[in-house]
Amino acid sequence: MSAPTYDLGKLHGGIRLESGKSAATRNSIQKMPLPAQLIIPITQHVGDPAHSIVTIGERVLKGQLIAEPGGSLSAPVHASSSGKVVAIEPWPVSRRYGANAPCIVIECDGEDRAIEPAVTQAAYDMLSADELLARILQGGIVGLGGAVFPTAQKLMQALTCDLKYLLLNGVECEPYISCDDMLMREYAREVLGGARILMHALQLDVCYIVVESDKPLALQSLGEQLAELGDKRIVLKQVPTIYPSGGEDQLVQLVTNLEVPSGGLPTDVGCLVQNVGTASAIYDWIVHGKPLLSRVTTVTGDGVVNPMNVEARIGTLVGDIIRFAGGYTESAQQLIIGGPMTGKSMSTDLVPLVKASNCILVLSRAPSIGAKSPCIRCGDCAAVCPVQLLPQQLYWYSCADDEKKLRLHGLTDCIECGCCDLVCPSHIPLTAEFRVAKARIQEQADEKARAERARSRFEARNERIESEQRARDAELEQQRATAKRIGPAEIAAILQRKQQQQDKD
Amino acid sequence: MEFTRTEAPYLTPSVNVAGMMLQVLLALVPAALAHMWYFGPGILFNLVVAAVFCVAGEALMMHARGRDPMLALADYSALVTAALLAFAVPSLTPWWVTATGALFGVVVAKHLYGGIGFNLFNPAMAGYVVILVAFPLQMNLWVAPSMGDIDYISLSIAQTLVYTLTGNLPDTLTFDAVSRATPLDAMQTGLRDLQTYAEIRANPIMGDFGGRGWEWIGNFVAVGGFWLLIRKIIRWQIPTGVFLGLLVPAGIMYLADPSTHASPGFHLFSGATILCAFFIATDPVSAATSPKGRFLYGLGIGFLTFVMRRWGAYADGVAFAVLLMNMATPAIDYFTRPHIVGHPRGRRNQ
Repeated sequence: MSAPTYDLGKLHGGIRLESGKSAATRNSIQKMPLPAQLIIPITQHVGDPAHSIVTIGERVLKGQLIAEPGGSLSAPVHASSSGKVVAIEPWPVSRRYGANAPCIVIECDGEDRAIEPAVTQAAYDMLSADELLARILQGGIVGLGGAVFPTAQKLMQALTCDLKYLLLNGVECEPYISCDDMLMREYAREVLGGARILMHALQLDVCYIVVESDKPLALQSLGEQLAELGDKRIVLKQVPTIYPSGGEDQLVQLVTNLEVPSGGLPTDVGCLVQNVGTASAIYDWIVHGKPLLSRVTTVTGDGVVNPMNVEARIGTLVGDIIRFAGGYTESAQQLIIGGPMTGKSMSTDLVPLVKASNCILVLSRAPSIGAKSPCIRCGDCAAVCPVQLLPQQLYWYSCADDEKKLRLHGLTDCIECGCCDLVCPSHIPLTAEFRVAKARIQEQADEKARAERARSRFEARNERIESEQRARDAELEQQRATAKRIGPAEIAAILQRKQQQQDKD
Repeated sequence: MEFTRTEAPYLTPSVNVAGMMLQVLLALVPAALAHMWYFGPGILFNLVVAAVFCVAGEALMMHARGRDPMLALADYSALVTAALLAFAVPSLTPWWVTATGALFGVVVAKHLYGGIGFNLFNPAMAGYVVILVAFPLQMNLWVAPSMGDIDYISLSIAQTLVYTLTGNLPDTLTFDAVSRATPLDAMQTGLRDLQTYAEIRANPIMGDFGGRGWEWIGNFVAVGGFWLLIRKIIRWQIPTGVFLGLLVPAGIMYLADPSTHASPGFHLFSGATILCAFFIATDPVSAATSPKGRFLYGLGIGFLTFVMRRWGAYADGVAFAVLLMNMATPAIDYFTRPHIVGHPRGRRNQ
C-alpha cells in the first residue's frame, strides 16, 4: 500500500477539539430498514429550487425522478423507495436558514421496487466530459460534505478553469461526525472509483485524498484498495487533526499552501475539492446506475442510547433514525443536525434526513445562554482564527454597527467555523454575532441597491414628464404659429369641420 | 419532544475571565513572598488596603451604573488591579495613599470609561501615577532591603501596621533611619551628579545586577510570568517587546559609554521591568490586540521606560510608559492588522 504523506502548507490557528467520535465508530455502518413514510424535500441543494413533477395519488418507483431541476444551478430529486405520493406539503427541514419547505410525502409500499434504468450503462471512460457531467446532473448528486452544491455545476465551472489538482475531502474535522470515516473504511473502492471518474471528467492527473490523522482505519482501507488498484495518480495525504482543516478553502491551503482568494473559489488556484461521500455517490450512479437515494449519517452524542453510523434513505424522519439507534437517553436536551460547531439546532425531530445531513447529534447538556461578560480583548480568538481575522475587533465594530470598519477587518471573509466562540473567556457568541452582522451588511447593500433603483426610476420619470411637456409645448407653439399664419377665417372653417366630425361620431 | 434551540457552535468554552484573573493572582504569589522577605510585611497590608478599596470602588460603580455588582466582582479583575498596585507602592505606605490610587484606578480609569473591556488605561498604573504625583513624599519612602546592611533597621509587623494606619513611625525612628534610596533612584541621582557608573555600583544596595532584593523579587516575578506564558494566559509578544525595547537601547548606550549609562542587566532587574513585562503591560484590555501590534506596544513601553529612567524626572518610567502606550493602542491596532487569508499580500485591505 502507498504510505500517506505529509507535506503541508501552513494553516493559521485552528483548535484541537476532543473528537467524541469513538462511540459511533465501534460498529460498522448499520442499514436502517425502510420506514413507512418518506418525506422528501423538493429542494435539497443550494441554488435554484427544483420543481415537483408528481401528483398526489401517483405511484412512484424507487429511483424515479420526482422533482426536476428548476434552473441553471439546480439538482433533481428521486424517490428513495417505491410507494404512493400522499401529499405535497410544507414540512420542517434542517436548513440553515428558513423553517418549512415543500416536501413530497411518499407512503412506502414496502416492496422497494426499483425503476428500470433509463440509460444503458456504458463504461465511463468511453464518455466525454460533457456526457459525464450530464449523467452526474441526472443522478441528483450534490456535495455531501454539508454544502450540497450541485456537483455537476461545480464540475462545469471547474472545466472553465486551469485545474491542477483534484482534492477529495476526507478530513471530517468537526467533533462527533464520523460518517465519512466509516464510508472510507467500508466503501474505499467506491471512493477511489469516484475519484477516477472525476479525474477522467476533468482531465486531471493528480488527485489527493486528504484524511485527518485520527482516522487510521480509513487510511488503511483506502491504502489497501489503492494498492490493489495500482493507480499512481491518486495520492493519500494525512493531515493533522485540527479543526477546521476540512473547510474547503482551509483544505486547499493546507495541502497546496495556496490561499483561495477572498470571495473566490478553490478553482481560482487550480483545485477542485469534493467530499469523499460525493465521490462514492458519483461512482454508484455512473457505474451502477444507483442515484443518490440514501446516505450514511452519524447518530451520536450523549443523548442517544446507541451511537452509530446509519445508512438511511433520504426522507427518513430523524426521529425514526434516532429510535433505530436505541432512542433518546433521559437527559437528551438538544437536537442538532450537523456537527457541534456548525450544525443547525432543531426544535423537533420530525424533520427528514436530507442529502446534506451528515450527522444527527443529541446532546444532554443544557446550552448556556446569555452568560456572556464584556470582551477583555485577550486576543485568543485571533490566535485560533483560520482566516487570520481579529474577531475581537470585529465584535467591537459589530456592536458599534460600523459597516466600513467591519469590511476593512474582513467580516465577509469569516467562515463561521466557531473557533473563536470556543476559546472566548467572556463566552461571547461571536459567530452568531458575525452571522447577524453579515446579514445586516447584506441588507444595507440591498437597501442601497433598492434606493439606487428607485432613484433612477424617479429620474427617468422626471425626464419623461419633461420631454412630454417639451413636446406639448412645441406642438402648441406650432399650432399658434399656424393660427397666426392662416388667419381667423380659416380657423373658423377648421373648427366647423371638427364640429361636424364630432357630430358624426 | 421539544428541544432547546441555540446558535452554533454548541460546545462551550472551557475558559473564563475569572479563571484567567485567578491564575494571574496565583502567579504573583511567589513574588509577593519574596517581597515580604526583603521588604517586610508591608506589601501584605498594602494588598489588603488596595483590595478593599478596589472591590468597594467596583461594587459602588456597578451599583451607580445600575448593574449587578456581583457581575463585576465575580471576574476578580478588581483584585488583579489591587495586587499590581500593591506591588507598585513602597512597602511602607499609609493606607489613604494606597486607597486613593485604588479608587482612582477603579472608579475613574476603569468604570468611568465603561468598566472592564472598555478602559483605555491600565487601572493600576493610572491609580499609581496619580498617587505618585499627589503624594511624592510617601511614594519615595522605600525601606532598605534586609540582609547585609550593617546599620539596617527593620520594622516589626506591629510597627508596619501602625505606619500603614497612621503614617507615623515609632518615636525612636526617623524616616532617614529606615529608608534608603532605591537602586534606580541612586543610579539616576548618581549619574546626574556626574558620578561614574562604577562608582554608583559600589553602593551595597546595588546588589549583583539591579539592586539587593529587587533582583530576587524580579526572579520570582519571572517565574510567575513564565507560568502564565505556559498556561497561555499571556502571550509572548508583549513581554518580548518590553524586554527588547528596554534592553537593546540600554545595551547600545552602555557599550558606547559604560561610565554614564547603566548596564542592561541593571535595567532588567531593577524597578518594575519584569513585573511590567509579564503582568502590567499584558493587561489585555488596555494593550494593543493584534499579535504584531502587541509586540510594537511592548517595544514602545520598553523604550519609553529606558528614556524616562535615563533622562526623566522620576526614577522609574514604567507606569508612564504604559499609560503613554495605552493611548497609542488604537493607532497601533489600526496599522498592524494581520494579513487576512485570501487577500492580496503586501497591500493593506482598504
